[in-house]
Amino acid sequence: MSTTKSLFVRRYVPGLVLLAIGAYFGFVVALAEFNNINLGFGLATGLQAAIAAIAAVAGTISFLIVDDVETSAKGPNILLVAGIICFLIGSYIGLFVAPPEQHMGEVQRIMYVHVPTAWNALLAMTVAFASAVVFLFKSDWKWDAVMEGSIEVGVVFAFLLCAQGSIWAKPTWNVWWDWDPRLTTTAVLLFAFLGILALRRFVEDPVKRGIWSSVATIIAYVDVPIVYFSVKWWNSLHQTQSSPGTVSKQFYLPLRANAIGILFLMTAFIMLRARISALRLKQELAPPPLVEAQLGEVV
Amino acid sequence: MIAALRKELLLQWRTRAQFMAVFVFGASALLLFSFAVGPNAEILRQFSAGFMWLGLLLSSTLTLAESFHAEMENRALEGLLLLPVNPRTIYYGKAIANWLQLVLLGFALVPVMVILYDAGTTKLPQLALVIMLGTAGLSAPGTLYAAMTSQVRSRQTLLPLLLFPLIVPALLASVKLTSLIILGDPMGQLSAWMKLLTAFDAIYWSLCGLLFDRVVEE
Repeated sequence: MSTTKSLFVRRYVPGLVLLAIGAYFGFVVALAEFNNINLGFGLATGLQAAIAAIAAVAGTISFLIVDDVETSAKGPNILLVAGIICFLIGSYIGLFVAPPEQHMGEVQRIMYVHVPTAWNALLAMTVAFASAVVFLFKSDWKWDAVMEGSIEVGVVFAFLLCAQGSIWAKPTWNVWWDWDPRLTTTAVLLFAFLGILALRRFVEDPVKRGIWSSVATIIAYVDVPIVYFSVKWWNSLHQTQSSPGTVSKQFYLPLRANAIGILFLMTAFIMLRARISALRLKQELAPPPLVEAQLGEVV
Repeated sequence: MIAALRKELLLQWRTRAQFMAVFVFGASALLLFSFAVGPNAEILRQFSAGFMWLGLLLSSTLTLAESFHAEMENRALEGLLLLPVNPRTIYYGKAIANWLQLVLLGFALVPVMVILYDAGTTKLPQLALVIMLGTAGLSAPGTLYAAMTSQVRSRQTLLPLLLFPLIVPALLASVKLTSLIILGDPMGQLSAWMKLLTAFDAIYWSLCGLLFDRVVEE
């Protein structure tokens, strides 16, 4: 018992420390913005926000790296709880505290989930790409499982992104769909990664499945910037990105809280999905049960 | 590599009936596209580049899928891999052979397009260059994916499923370039698209070559 406990502690402590730092600075930034109390060691708020974001991302990545997808679901469970808390706080501020936007009105509130979804969808695809590269070089099955998880979660997020975009575009631009670079790139990416999932379904040999889908993932990921630029030259209408400098803090606080919350949730989903893949693979690679034993059961 | 290319070309020459069938498929696709739009000559001319490249793309999946079909019979691919050559050589031999066949197919579809859509041009060298660059963008990833999908069930579905989203930039650039050549280029956009297409080709011809030996290894 004590050995498993110490192993667990050793594994997750760096990630937990990073998450704690992120949570502290996130809380301090929020406090400073609403009540003008500064507990951030005299650092500028922008720097504090950056520390919070970097600590949260680094903590999540360290969870993903140390997590043993086969035996334990503790890592994803911690992230799941943290993610739900952040997402609830962000959504509350976004829906009830932040004022409606001047030109777009209440519709603009969808941005508090839309923009974080976009960031995290791209991040999920990046995790897939990184796992594909690691799997090709190290042949560690964990990364095959993480790749499958992140492709699937990335596909779900890309689909959500297109759906949210359509919901927002209908009242704003009066169309469901527009051939803008980011929208089109997302759609292309969605189909490219769906193709890879289909490939994984059709290949029975686990070794070939892992290698081929890694190769396909790398090829598809390299395509992202090319698709983006080609569509950008072809047609463009989308809003240019806003930077925190041009956005009032009442708008970017819920955005950041949701971004971090969705990041935690996404990573937890990837890890849980990877766990399913890893266990399935274990079953696939396990020797078939002895025929005699089965016969004995029947008798 | 020359030997690998020669083998592929010989194989293609022996199955030239297949090429004719693919050409007829492409040409009939071009014929069908005009039914989708209606007999408006001006619109047809405007969309002619898009139709031609879609016809070429649809035909290319047939050609590409076929290119590894022969290797799967009697497990010939394993025999090839036992030869004391780098698998990369086999890949480039196949990719170049596929590319040449697609170039030929593209050239053959141009007169069909000119007749059906009244989309003639005198800038034939430029058009030839675009067809060569565009089909190069199809054949590099297409050959790699054909190597994978030829070994699994339902390969007819899987190859386009993987290939189509990937080649969106190449298709876009080729269509744009072709229509700029046919309809004129008042904004001088030709060279920018040409660069994009060349970059796509360069990236995928090198990347797919690098990754191919992992795909066929046992």
